[in-house]
Amino acid sequence: MENKLLKKVDLIFCKTCQDDIEVVKKAITRHPDEIINDLIDSGLKGRGGAGFPTGLKWKFTKNQDSAVKYVVCNADEGEPGTFKDREILDTVATKVFAGMAICGYCIGAKEGYMYLRGEYNFLLKKLNASLDEFNAKIKAAGLDFHIQLRSGSGAYICGEESALFESLEGKRGEPRNKPPYPTVAGFMGKPTVINNVETFVYTAMINHFGVAKFKELGTTDSRGSKVFSISGDTPKAGIYELELGMSVDEFVKEFGDGDTKAVQVGGASGHCVPRKKFNDTIIGFEGIPTGGSMMLFNSSRSMYNVLKDYLEFFTEESCGQCTPCRVGCQQLLKGIEAVKRGERPASYLEELKKLALSMKVAAKCGLGQSVANPFISIIDNFKEEIIY
Amino acid sequence: MSNYMVNLKINNIPVSVPEGTTILEAAKKLNFRIPTLCYHEDLSVAGNCRVCVVEQQGARLLQAACAAPVAEGMEILTNSNKVRQARKHVIELLLSEHRADCTECYKNGNCELQDLAHEYGVNQHMFIDLNRKKNYTIDRSSPSIIKDDSRCIRCQRCVRTCEELQGVSALAVAYKGDHQKISTFFEHPMFEVVCTNCGQCINRCPTGALIEKTYIDEVWDAINDPTKHVVVQTAPAVRIGLGEILGYEPGERVTGKMVTALKLLGFDSVLDTDFTADLTIMEEGTELLTRLKKALVDKEQVALPMMTSCSPGWIKFQEHLFPNLLDNLSTCKSPQQMFGALAKTYYAQKKGLNGKDVVSVSIMPCTAKKFEAGRPEMRSSGFQDVDYVLTTRELGMMIKQAGIDFMRLPDSHYDSIMGESTGAAVIFGATGGVMEAALRTAYEIVTGRPVPFQNLNITPVRGMEGVREASIKIEGCVPEWSFLEGAVLKVAIAHGLANAKKLMKAVSDGTVSYHFIEVMACPGGCLGGGGQPIPTNKEIRQKRAEAIYAEDEGMPLRKSHENPEVQLIYQDFLGKPLGHKSHDLLHTHYKPRKRY
Repeated sequence: MENKLLKKVDLIFCKTCQDDIEVVKKAITRHPDEIINDLIDSGLKGRGGAGFPTGLKWKFTKNQDSAVKYVVCNADEGEPGTFKDREILDTVATKVFAGMAICGYCIGAKEGYMYLRGEYNFLLKKLNASLDEFNAKIKAAGLDFHIQLRSGSGAYICGEESALFESLEGKRGEPRNKPPYPTVAGFMGKPTVINNVETFVYTAMINHFGVAKFKELGTTDSRGSKVFSISGDTPKAGIYELELGMSVDEFVKEFGDGDTKAVQVGGASGHCVPRKKFNDTIIGFEGIPTGGSMMLFNSSRSMYNVLKDYLEFFTEESCGQCTPCRVGCQQLLKGIEAVKRGERPASYLEELKKLALSMKVAAKCGLGQSVANPFISIIDNFKEEIIY
Repeated sequence: MSNYMVNLKINNIPVSVPEGTTILEAAKKLNFRIPTLCYHEDLSVAGNCRVCVVEQQGARLLQAACAAPVAEGMEILTNSNKVRQARKHVIELLLSEHRADCTECYKNGNCELQDLAHEYGVNQHMFIDLNRKKNYTIDRSSPSIIKDDSRCIRCQRCVRTCEELQGVSALAVAYKGDHQKISTFFEHPMFEVVCTNCGQCINRCPTGALIEKTYIDEVWDAINDPTKHVVVQTAPAVRIGLGEILGYEPGERVTGKMVTALKLLGFDSVLDTDFTADLTIMEEGTELLTRLKKALVDKEQVALPMMTSCSPGWIKFQEHLFPNLLDNLSTCKSPQQMFGALAKTYYAQKKGLNGKDVVSVSIMPCTAKKFEAGRPEMRSSGFQDVDYVLTTRELGMMIKQAGIDFMRLPDSHYDSIMGESTGAAVIFGATGGVMEAALRTAYEIVTGRPVPFQNLNITPVRGMEGVREASIKIEGCVPEWSFLEGAVLKVAIAHGLANAKKLMKAVSDGTVSYHFIEVMACPGGCLGGGGQPIPTNKEIRQKRAEAIYAEDEGMPLRKSHENPEVQLIYQDFLGKPLGHKSHDLLHTHYKPRKRY
């Protein structure tokens, strides 16, 4: 297993490529297939967390025989512990637009939508202003593509791509059955590329800097760098772009406070890594993939409270449509509370683990499926804190 | 569906099915049953209960068999340990959220969740009871429907029914997470929202979360009150539905046994809504011809197309959604309400009774009839015309309560005075039936000859297509109706309110032109009514329809105007169709209602 050292990178926020219209102009002189092949070659995987190869997603959508296609930017950053997209949108939004425009050019879409989480509405005015300018410039550059902003209402589930489409269509945000996938039937039932904010920036940057520069970074499974939102018990909370492939140990050396007992990788829906596993856990697709949230906990923290907070969050934010997620989340929460109070024996945790595993395979979407990650990793590694 | 065939294996048995088939359907082909809850044949796929999950070899996730399409080379296991464990968890979770005091539930014994809990041996109370603390209130505001959230498993069948089949959307999903529930607009009580009381949601609810409001005890009280004379009327669709509750297969006609059972239950007189169905045809047919005459001869402004008014769900739908078309509705009361008004006047008179001592009960395939009976317009006898409405299901329950061995009952006939009927009245129970009955009579009034269809069966108006249309050329008129000579009477039929909505939009927009439209709120017409036995699906409704038409063919009289008791009532009491007395007792008016 490759193991990289911690290395700071400056692609996303770099100041040397600010004229994003130039990136788009350069892109549209090339054939869409060339751009898509570059993306495939680069090994870029979606930065939202699921990690689907971005180039393939574009290729599948391009190959769909449909007169109408869409590009959708998922700016519904709702995972607890993430705040990177907010920074990107606040400081380098035109890079996101550029990525969307290049995508529109590649797949043959004329319309793009950015779905912004309701809590980020304070960015709307600024984003709309720069978007108007951007739309006018790409039109002048001869690209028939127009981006619009849409504001969500602040439901976590609307970050799930199919629930996002439902919401974008004006309906209740509930996940759809898959297949069909968005590349076949997405927004308005049409082939759609949906990527998150950061992913679109990387597609623009790969166009700008070239594949080679991107491929220098990361490991075979986890190419490139990504932006991390770092919070919790750390003296350096904030947003950092780091090369992928480092171990948790490397990460904690840089960002820990000397007393770090656990790191929650990937936000509330991610895995909790205990100190004893820092060394052999890689942050990336060969280890623990992450949408960017890194929460550090030191020995003053009760992991029972951490888990309880997460479960309260999921219990509230489940859309409620499917049984494993709606009821499962409630049972996991009530279950650990009952064990803590002594109303159920410690062995009940084993029943709850089985339930979590059922949720992982039977829930309809990523929300319900991923609750098992924090639950099992915290129960397994901090059992005594849960029981006593 | 595509012609392209997909090959896969289910439980190691190869099967070949058309592309687009779901795993559930493919498994059915091999006779493997996969349990379902949120799935219903009449509705779109939801895939949200997850009880139908199956294992796909090589895939990390289990698949919802109802929602997942087959793919080439797929290997599916419908009964692996992993699958059984997940299903059991789903059932346990649903039960933990569900008020599972089954003995106190109306649906006890006819509950899909209960069946699954039994099948999967869920009896250990594994998880924590989430229901008790949620303080659910039971919505009893509607005269037709009780909504009990504490028994709801959020499968959303009712939501899909209300939206897809009925185009009403009175029910919708509200809130999220542990607060998610099935609710109404701004959580207003059921009585105050656009709900048409059609009860189609009840027919599809897998548990007891949506049930009809029952009036069984009130009816028992009336029967046991010696000062009361209790008459009961039974709608045409009841006789082909009731058997399903009492042990017969769908499509069994149990008319004679039903009449015997009603007599055994203690009703003073067992009469037939079909009698007033025939009467409706006399009134409504005359009304149609009168409107046509006004339009064609007198050149008066008159609302055409005329629309049937038998289905109270349809009436309320029209009042809410198309108040601009209320004048197009026939002013005829429904057969139930005509019957109620006559029971306390004509019938009472003939029997030497005082109207106040007559209790009129009706057995209906319909839950909206409960609402209809309580409408303030329905008191033209001087009393509430129909006192209690029971569904087919409630009658089944009364027969069980009385310990009657239904299957061994001998047949008997309806009592007289308002007990006689024709085949035309029986077909009121099927979509297109009112139209066919009306045409049989109207055509004969106008031409003096029977409708020019073999054996009186006007087949173009029959069937299960959502919207159907037909036309009949009128030739050889009797002198009185000569202005209709050569005219082509254009008619349309819709069943299920979503279909009605499409048709009404077209009528409103002026893109279609008809003379007469029949609408039934429920899919299949009354035979698929909200008060009929559960379950229902296309196949069951088809069997009930076949039974209805068979009953019609077997009747000696098949045209409403030939009903001797109908002829008698005009002679002795009403005078003539659309006469003064008819107007007072048999006709009504409608009022616009708000959408929200």
